[in-house]
Amino acid sequence: MTEQVQQTPSLPRLGAPAPQFEAVTTLGTLKLEDFKGSWLVLFSHPADFTPVCTTEFVAFAKIHPKLRELNCELMGLSIDSVYSHIAWMRNIEAKLGQKITFPVIADLDRKVATLYGMVMPGESKTETSRCVFIIDDKQVLRAMIYYPLTTGRNMEEILRVIQALQTSDKHGVATPANWRPGDKVIVPPANNQELAEQRTQDPNLECKDWYFCMKELK
Amino acid sequence: MPCIGPDGTLTESAKALLKLLEQPATPEEVSARLGHPLFSVRASLRELVGAELVQAEGGKYEITERGEEKLQVSPS
Repeated sequence: MTEQVQQTPSLPRLGAPAPQFEAVTTLGTLKLEDFKGSWLVLFSHPADFTPVCTTEFVAFAKIHPKLRELNCELMGLSIDSVYSHIAWMRNIEAKLGQKITFPVIADLDRKVATLYGMVMPGESKTETSRCVFIIDDKQVLRAMIYYPLTTGRNMEEILRVIQALQTSDKHGVATPANWRPGDKVIVPPANNQELAEQRTQDPNLECKDWYFCMKELK
Repeated sequence: MPCIGPDGTLTESAKALLKLLEQPATPEEVSARLGHPLFSVRASLRELVGAELVQAEGGKYEITERGEEKLQVSPS
């Protein structure tokens, strides 16, 4: 009797090192470690030469300069060949006037897709869903966004999350719902009674209560 | 950027990189001088080291004799 071993799909974990990989891309063979020192938006799309994905590629290309200003690189992935990627990117430039400036992984053996849990069998057994992984400059996975096949992603939200994370890292703060750069930030809650009392007396903070204080960043 | 085609041809970015490495340089220096992103420079250097066109020593990269020969026979 032959024993069949099923590879259990895994999901990466926030706060843990992003799974390392080496992959064929439209800009040659790249390793995740090549991106050390800069943030990275690694995203997957279901398939080349499909309409929602095309709108997303145009949108990602448009925010690429802004990402670079945030010391953030961009890399796409789908389970298509590098030749399909090249043809599709040339088609986007010719038909829509948008040059695609970031590398796209040709994950034909699904190695990266499996590492990152990009395939959702309930949606498709052969295509990746619309996943976004935000990896910081130390190669730690900081945020994940998973969208279904039918729904194009929002670039402003991806930018906002990166700006929020970088703000948190720089200032040791958290960001509230719907935060945008320039808005007040949340001071981490007091974890002892003395600090809790200090917080309520601090004129530089706006506190609803000892655990809920905000401030403006200078 | 990819450096060597399937037929062994050097890409234009590879030629520029090899030319630059006639003087030893770190990946960061190469990135700054060529205006290429660092991830791309790292990948290119790895490819060129693998093809023995570049060698690494003490964190710096330099073109090899083989690299010089390849550069000379590659039309601009």
